[in-house]
Amino acid sequence: MHAGAFSNNAQWLRGLGEANDVVISSRVRLARNISGFPFTPQASRIDRAQILDACKRRILSMSTSTDSQFMWIDLHHAGREDRNLLVERQLMSRQHAKGRLSTGQGGLDEPRAVAVLIPDERVSIMVNEEDHLRIQTIRSGLALEACLAQANELDDQIESGMDYAYHPRFGYLTACPTNVGTGLRLSVMLHLPALKLTGELEKVRRAANDMGLAVRGFYGEGSESPGEFYQLSNQTTLGKSDDMLLREMELEIIPKVVGYERHARKNLLANRHDMLEDQTWRALGTLRHARRMKAEEAMELLSLVRLGILTGIITAVPLDRIHTLLLSIQPMHLQRTLNAVLTQQQRRIARAEMIRACLNAEQSSE
Amino acid sequence: MLCECGLHEATIHETIITNDKKTLERHLCEQCARAQGVSVDPYIPINQLLSTASYIMGQVITDEHAQPDDDFVADPPSSATPRPTIKAHTSSSTCSACNQTFADFKKTGLLGCPRCYQDFEDRIGPMIERAHEGGCNHVGKVPKRALSECKGDKDTSRVEALLGDIRQREARLGSLRSQLSKSIHNEEYEQAAMLRDELTRLTSLASSQIEPVPTPTNSPSSPSPS
Repeated sequence: MHAGAFSNNAQWLRGLGEANDVVISSRVRLARNISGFPFTPQASRIDRAQILDACKRRILSMSTSTDSQFMWIDLHHAGREDRNLLVERQLMSRQHAKGRLSTGQGGLDEPRAVAVLIPDERVSIMVNEEDHLRIQTIRSGLALEACLAQANELDDQIESGMDYAYHPRFGYLTACPTNVGTGLRLSVMLHLPALKLTGELEKVRRAANDMGLAVRGFYGEGSESPGEFYQLSNQTTLGKSDDMLLREMELEIIPKVVGYERHARKNLLANRHDMLEDQTWRALGTLRHARRMKAEEAMELLSLVRLGILTGIITAVPLDRIHTLLLSIQPMHLQRTLNAVLTQQQRRIARAEMIRACLNAEQSSE
Repeated sequence: MLCECGLHEATIHETIITNDKKTLERHLCEQCARAQGVSVDPYIPINQLLSTASYIMGQVITDEHAQPDDDFVADPPSSATPRPTIKAHTSSSTCSACNQTFADFKKTGLLGCPRCYQDFEDRIGPMIERAHEGGCNHVGKVPKRALSECKGDKDTSRVEALLGDIRQREARLGSLRSQLSKSIHNEEYEQAAMLRDELTRLTSLASSQIEPVPTPTNSPSSPSPS
């Protein structure tokens, strides 16, 4: 067993926390802009460089707990590999990696950065994304309240050294009026494989949309959802305080969706046990023996094994192993972990190899 | 298959690939794998994965390097837009600070600068309200330091830039009160409690900033439906 593998690092990847059978992680994002400057899309290069410099000084001088510190990455100087790594790690958006705004403007050399709190990787701050500052906190399981508290604390620390763009009626001003007000986005990454198997996923998606939530894939806007991992987040940011938004999400909406998935799992166990057993073991068998594996296929199969573990069908694979793999099999993580530059074909071979090493370790104890 | 040590079953099978060919295969037990640095768990911290050239680790910046942040705020560069101030609504189609037109906004969905919100307020107000399910006034957090700094100011303009003038504050309180009675009517008591807290907070916030004697914040308790 390798329970200690994560030690103090990247705790949010451990797959622990409340309702962790369904909730993979919780994330809070605050959008903020500095007064006296145009919003990023309209800002000149000089403006952006000044915003970047001011934010860098502010963020790197903030007090953090003794054993953690901010790592600052200038993305206009970073290579493609590093940028992709940060996106796979969910520490920043794809849009920010490319330096391209939703208007299609911009490019790789636009002055922009991301600051990541090391070693726990639970905080990242994007500078010069669509808004000057996007403060993000992330934790495993359903933990929006703790995420929000930490984001607010960082927000206050940053604001203690710079003036934010704020309006008495519209609140915190943002480039896109859909984020104005609290500038707060509460997101929860859910794993809904049983709803997929029972054919109820579309119904739940529609219900979530009706409750005013946005439903996105694993890597945010426009991304696919292999393995039935979905991000649910609020769309309304004006007219409700952050506490009210939090209460709605954490106490009403998310528990409802979690309840649907749990109910579907119980249903499968009670009525379609053979099918569930076959599908989950078949997935584990493929993962343990395949010689070539695409990332999407691996995610689909890992998702089924995760379902098998949580329904008690598969007992010999620890849950955190699945969580580590979900990240490590991503193209850039795979190459950096093996310290090699691989073609797509080589990646598929290496991915299958990594999965086998990881999942066969326990086989002897079964 | 036995591990290289010959004692345990090999459970870790490592292959190093170079140029599409398998060149090295190793079969190890967990103990040997760990001893030889072959990880079963492929997790590696982000700072070890990134190439070292691309990042710097933060340290508390000493005074000699750090510019006082206040300088930055107080002395915006010439290309910057002016700080927002409360002014009468205009219905111009070009922002007075960044020159973005309302047509640009309709095309991109993005505003150019904070001043756009004031200059286009009449036109974007209803659009914003629709996008936020009827929400038209901000409820909740106010920049903490900015608010504390205008405490005791004789000139009320700084407070008004954050909390709005008396008319705007009253409008906001009125809208919260009607939301509160609606929640109580619908027996949504948790929601009602939060709205009541927000009302209390907003009232005390304004009075503590504007009047010299601050009003203590009441501790929240559940509203009693009757």
